[in-house]
Amino acid sequence: MDASASQANLTSTFESDVREIVTAQHVRTATAGDAVRGVQPRLVVEPGTEQDLAKVLKLANDAGLAVIPRGGGTKLEWGNRPRRADVILSMARLDRVIEHAWADLTVNVEAGCSIGKLQEALAKHRQRLALDALWPERATVGGVLSANDSGALRLRFGSLRDLVIGVTLALPDGTVASSGGRVVKNVAGYDLPKLATGALGTLGVITRAFFRLHPLPRERRTVSCKFAEVAEAQRVMLAIQDSRLAHSGLQICCGTEMPPRVDVLFEGTEAGLAAQVEQVKGMMSGETISEDGDVWNARQEIFSTRGEADLAIAKFATLPAQLAESIEAIVRLAGANVRWSATAQATGIGWMRMEGAEAALGEMMKAIRAGLESNGGSLVIVRQPVGIAGIESWGSVADALAVMKAVKRQFDPRGTLNAGRFVGGI
Amino acid sequence: MESRIFDELREIAGPRGLITSREELHTYECDGLTNFRVLPRAVLLPNSSEQVQRIVRVCHREKIPFVARGSGTGLSGGALPVENGVVISLTRMNKILEIDFTNARAVVEPGVINLDVTARVAGQGYFYAPDPSSQSVCSIGGNVAENSGGAHCLKYGFTTTHVLGLEVVLADGSLAHLGGKTLDAPGYDLMGVFVGSEGTLGIATKIILRIVKRPECVQTLLAAFPSTNEAGAAVSDTIAAGMLPAAIEMMDNLAIQAAEAAVHANYPNCGALLLVELDGPMAEVAALMAHVDEICRKNGAWEIRVAQSEEERALVWKGRKAAFAAMGRISPNYIVQDGVIPRTELPNVMREIGRLSREAGLRVANVFHAGDGNLHPLVLYDRRIAGQEETAEGLSSKILELCIAAGGSITGEHGVGEDKKKMMSKMYSEPDLETMQRVRCAFDPLQLSNPSKVFPRPRLCGEKAGEYVAHPLETAGIAERY
Repeated sequence: MDASASQANLTSTFESDVREIVTAQHVRTATAGDAVRGVQPRLVVEPGTEQDLAKVLKLANDAGLAVIPRGGGTKLEWGNRPRRADVILSMARLDRVIEHAWADLTVNVEAGCSIGKLQEALAKHRQRLALDALWPERATVGGVLSANDSGALRLRFGSLRDLVIGVTLALPDGTVASSGGRVVKNVAGYDLPKLATGALGTLGVITRAFFRLHPLPRERRTVSCKFAEVAEAQRVMLAIQDSRLAHSGLQICCGTEMPPRVDVLFEGTEAGLAAQVEQVKGMMSGETISEDGDVWNARQEIFSTRGEADLAIAKFATLPAQLAESIEAIVRLAGANVRWSATAQATGIGWMRMEGAEAALGEMMKAIRAGLESNGGSLVIVRQPVGIAGIESWGSVADALAVMKAVKRQFDPRGTLNAGRFVGGI
Repeated sequence: MESRIFDELREIAGPRGLITSREELHTYECDGLTNFRVLPRAVLLPNSSEQVQRIVRVCHREKIPFVARGSGTGLSGGALPVENGVVISLTRMNKILEIDFTNARAVVEPGVINLDVTARVAGQGYFYAPDPSSQSVCSIGGNVAENSGGAHCLKYGFTTTHVLGLEVVLADGSLAHLGGKTLDAPGYDLMGVFVGSEGTLGIATKIILRIVKRPECVQTLLAAFPSTNEAGAAVSDTIAAGMLPAAIEMMDNLAIQAAEAAVHANYPNCGALLLVELDGPMAEVAALMAHVDEICRKNGAWEIRVAQSEEERALVWKGRKAAFAAMGRISPNYIVQDGVIPRTELPNVMREIGRLSREAGLRVANVFHAGDGNLHPLVLYDRRIAGQEETAEGLSSKILELCIAAGGSITGEHGVGEDKKKMMSKMYSEPDLETMQRVRCAFDPLQLSNPSKVFPRPRLCGEKAGEYVAHPLETAGIAERY
């Protein structure tokens, strides 16, 4: 029997075992729409319980099949092209808000629940997960955690690592393990919620999570201001950071046809906001001060497609005081051939899109990455033209890679989960 | 340990960087939890990352377990030496290496004292937010190991929130950089796991911290309630009203008496005292403070004061921060616990603590970080009375079991260390603990870095069945292979 026939056999045995567990209606043959960066899986399985999920994962692991967990499928392009893909493990049915302990400001939620559905449930008690994730209507708790996706609110409330207080993971060997719990303050044992956050599902499948919550703000105000130069925009941004204002968000947006604009978000009581808005206006030396709250979707707009053939999107990290320098480097490298836009937060995290000829985009991403890494930053590419000879998505992790690989071996020794999608070939 | 190893270690750390005399070693036999004592074989006092690396390489080669130690103020026996092991004290690595105000970062060595970071940046209006009660003596390296909290972590978060990057010496002596000055370094958040790992994953030798701008205004309100029930209700109402104070602290009558006796904080003599601190823009704080005042009155507060000056505020906090040490004024001995409960369970848990206290015939004083449900029950006893220490320990464990039953944790900020590792099995299932130990095996397969802490039983780290060789701990029946 040749290798591919043996593989097909394995899959069919696996398939019938899986049907036993999740029933036939929750197993289907994968279609072209299920491909991950062009790699075609064979099956899509939708377990209905955490136990079933763990059983399916273990079966796949035992059969040597490669598994890709999937929530809303909004960020499947992130990460390297998978080495192998056999089974899509869909979280669609694990979508309950298990318990909103509103008086304790915590929530326990299944990983397949969308952020939008979660926020809706929390809003009934005027609370929220203080996180502005991409595509909240579709993105799930597990996916957002695995991709470590956070937006402008991070400046005030921290990123997912600061909001998640407990996770339950299903490991490839069938182990179901919890770490952390329902209390905000807890130092008992290792902080596995942080390990799972941003691990792109390469260590285990997140099945449930506990989050700390924040009250919905009583009022919100946004102040925006346009500048001629990005250096000037950065100067104002740093001055706001160095002030005693209590802003919730602070970003710079700019692009080929868009002069730099600084947006500041305030949340709080009416009295507190009025004074702060006045103060910040005094600090905004640029032209056109507007108070249009509709600027906080800038990050999501970076991803909007208008049918461009050649498009690259990346997340970059630098020091707050080096944002202008990083953006100027983008301008320089883009030249006349690449259209670009970027939105960067005062935390030093930014997002950029580039449209242009394939080869130019490839060169540009490499050059930007080299520049950022030389200053201790990073560039993570989340979309690149299919045609170019794929640039590694993550960049360098230097001397921490050996331990990362050791962690992966401990959790997923057979490389079942998201094979090759993570840093250093993990 | 053979003399050639001592010679080699002396060569690395210098003659004054190696302690081997029995008298001097006694200084290191315990940390802030003094009922566990182990004399180490030697204490090393390196003054650079490179020296730490070289020492650890020797330990790795010779299979000598090592325990890193900061100021030794920990309350769970995390820095307790291990039999036949060495202690690596980081106190000589006490330099603040860099302050970058523009990016709000500070780079420090592990022996730097917590409060010294704030002292260094205060002139520019910044502070380092995590503020454990021991902040005037505890080290940043120790804070990293324990993921220390403090009164203000309700709003500002824990040590882990404020650590951006680490240089660590791994158990084989190699150096690794986790996180960095920029956020979201690609790869696993190993820094997130390292912080709070209680010295079991290696030794942090350089720490990149976030510093925070001081808020425009800070106000502290002190309210006297008939009992902890009313005070607890006021806490719940404050949170339910959508406020996130910088700190909410509670003390019961016994704790108030002790604090008064020790530092004369001028606290009212009441059933429970609530201390609520709000910070932020002036107008915001004024509006919210009025609301907190109203909530306290509605819940039966009979005296409310707002600290009017920085001196008054400092005095209010002095009483709270001295509360543990103050117990010496009212009891010869005491055990501090560090349980956490969902805030809403407070009345039930307090009632149960009262019942257990009466049953055991021992007094329990209570000091809480009430905003985040972190309790510090202090079980008072007299070691000179036969059997009382055992009764106190039993009571203390029962209180932690109450916390677990309420859906909480056995430790909010003091760590598991040696003290609470047996309780870990009550809080976590076997697969939970086994999974955590996979991380341990990835970092330190020989388990040399602070072994025998945190976990009730060590997990051996054989990766491949073919290479199986019985570990000495295993043949001795101390550990088992999973």
